Amino acid sequence: MIHVRLQAEVFDVGAELARLDALGGGGVASFTGIVRGDDGLTELLLEHHPGMTLAMMQALAEEAAQRWNLLGVVVIHRHGALAPGAPIVFVATAAKHRGAALEACASLIDRLKTQAPFWKRETLADGGQRWVEPRASDDEAAARWLRDGG
Amino acid sequence: MDILYFAWVRERIGTDHEKVDPPGNVRDLRGLIGWLAARSAGHESALSDTSRLRAAIDQQFAELDAPLAGAREVAIFPPVTGG
Repeated sequence: MIHVRLQAEVFDVGAELARLDALGGGGVASFTGIVRGDDGLTELLLEHHPGMTLAMMQALAEEAAQRWNLLGVVVIHRHGALAPGAPIVFVATAAKHRGAALEACASLIDRLKTQAPFWKRETLADGGQRWVEPRASDDEAAARWLRDGG
Repeated sequence: MDILYFAWVRERIGTDHEKVDPPGNVRDLRGLIGWLAARSAGHESALSDTSRLRAAIDQQFAELDAPLAGAREVAIFPPVTGG
């Protein structure tokens, strides 16, 4: 089961996990990304490529499902304006054993950060706006999964 | 050819897309970006430093030396920051 969504609306973590719990595996792992309120951030705007972003999310999910022999994978990414504390991204994986579920989940979130076409603009309390620059540590985290045989 | 712009590239140029007909001597992405940069002060501001730019041809990521041959859509944007 591969389930990938790109949406403005909030998602229901409990409902998404229940889909995976029902697949008969021995382990379900998940990651929920939350908008941080650092530096007086008041809004995070997520821009995406209408034709490309969902296709890339789907491709990454399919690759992970195959590599770790997953029973199921859910990838949800939000777009639009989000407030601090809002959930922004959700990745969950179901596998026969915990190792595959945990590794696949970590790999997917690392690769989403560097390979899915999203751009983030922060609005701060004084009204100033800035586009988030990619971090070298994110590139290194994603590259690790490719080096390790992806 | 449809050109799409995202994030600060879009903001500096002042539009999220435009239709262009580049001359025959524009053969790769780098050449296209250089040609687009001459269209306005906003284009120049957004496109002059290619080390800060990434691109996709027909919705596939591509290096800046990739040939344009038959491209219908080119997207130009900063490095991505998802997750």
